[in-house]
Amino acid sequence: MDETLKRTPLYQKHVAAGARLVPFAGWEMPVQYAGIIEEHRAVRTRAGLFDVSHMGEAEIAGPGAIGFVQRLVTNDVARLAVTQALYTPMCTPDGGVIDDLLVYRVSETDLMLVLNASNTDEDLAWIRDHAGPDVRVTDRSAEIALLALQGPRAPEILQRLTAAPLGEIRYYWFRPDVQVAGRTVLVSRTGYTGEDGFELYARAADATHLWDAILTAGAREKVVPIGLGARDTLRLEAGYRLHGNDMDKSITPLEAALGWTVKLEKGEFIGADALRRQKAQGLTRRLVGFTLEGRAIARHGFAIQREGAAVGQVTSGSFSPTLEKSIGLGFVPPADVAPGQPLAVDIRGRAVPGVVTKLPFYRRGEKTAG
Amino acid sequence: MYPKELRYSKEHEWAKVEGKRVRVGITKFAADRLSDIVYVELPSVGAEVKFMEPFGVVESVKAVSDIYAPVSGKVVEVNAALVEKPETLNTDPYGAWMMVVEPSNPAELDQLLDAEAYTAHVGEGH
Repeated sequence: MDETLKRTPLYQKHVAAGARLVPFAGWEMPVQYAGIIEEHRAVRTRAGLFDVSHMGEAEIAGPGAIGFVQRLVTNDVARLAVTQALYTPMCTPDGGVIDDLLVYRVSETDLMLVLNASNTDEDLAWIRDHAGPDVRVTDRSAEIALLALQGPRAPEILQRLTAAPLGEIRYYWFRPDVQVAGRTVLVSRTGYTGEDGFELYARAADATHLWDAILTAGAREKVVPIGLGARDTLRLEAGYRLHGNDMDKSITPLEAALGWTVKLEKGEFIGADALRRQKAQGLTRRLVGFTLEGRAIARHGFAIQREGAAVGQVTSGSFSPTLEKSIGLGFVPPADVAPGQPLAVDIRGRAVPGVVTKLPFYRRGEKTAG
Repeated sequence: MYPKELRYSKEHEWAKVEGKRVRVGITKFAADRLSDIVYVELPSVGAEVKFMEPFGVVESVKAVSDIYAPVSGKVVEVNAALVEKPETLNTDPYGAWMMVVEPSNPAELDQLLDAEAYTAHVGEGH
């Protein structure tokens, strides 16, 4: 394997567990342990543990921090209470998505931004370029390990390792300085799977201790480590976009059907003019979910057709282990976005029929319709 | 891992000679590498397949892969049950056959590897 690849503090744990390791965004990461579908089902029915320490973390501190980040991102950071988190795109002046991030309000003045691994360097450069003298930007990526425990049994398992009342942490809220298995972590009720669960921001040196402690505490529930392969199928079922696949700098959040994250009324921010203009003029394409007949997979870049003509492109596609169907995300003209609209995907020269499907494909607690 | 009675292509298909017919599937090595196979595309009965040219497709969650005919000839049987349960390629790669071919040039089979040579083939550089 390429020696320039970075490794998380949990690398040796993955090797010992027999993970298949692959290069991802400059990191050597586990793509699977037991198998993608088996891991996927473990998260949907029990709980699974992810090493997502490759994600980047930036601390934005100082009296100007809130106002600064408010101008950087499209969602409304001023609404955040201390210990609350927010999902938001960060855009270019043209409205294209540089990255999608989580913003944590860690104190009255300070924020933590969580960045996609593949974009961390570019994000940090962009953020530093725009920061004024009343803001301190610090890259904390190397110091912080990130573990995600996801699944219906996650709360009871994690509760065994802490005296803190985890039930009081609501979805998209967090608590700093929680003692978990004797280590101090930030516990956030967030995730990228569509299940209940937590993300634990820990000191890099504590990562292996926490990893072992969680697997031991969840032995009864057969908690297993989950690789990036199942992370992708889980997020797709949950309808979450993946930056680099479903959106990039050539795609706006409005086109990516993330209009709920664009707060045009909040005051000026980078990309606001372009997004305001796009909203007024109307979109030319919009992201939708779709389900196909049969089991052939619509891969990124495949053409979406309507009545024999190409009208758009697939951005993500997979077999859905929960629905046992071929599902995907892609762009279609605004006239074709209604759920139930027929479409086809060109899979190796064959027009495979399907329909536009309301997102998410999977919502927790619902029995999945066939 | 690689039964002695089978012959193997370098593209990871197995061939089992049954009298004048040849049964074809993919090896455990191929199935493990793909992992989580969710889709199989097979030829129709009556189709002609050509030596070391694609005759179908296997898709796993992560990747799509062509499958190559280890011998030329006419397809006389396909395993329709496999299309419904492609995951059997992972659990039972030598039971999960794909097609049966009536070879037009059985001499091609001599170019395939035996179990020992195939083991060496997958042991190197993979």
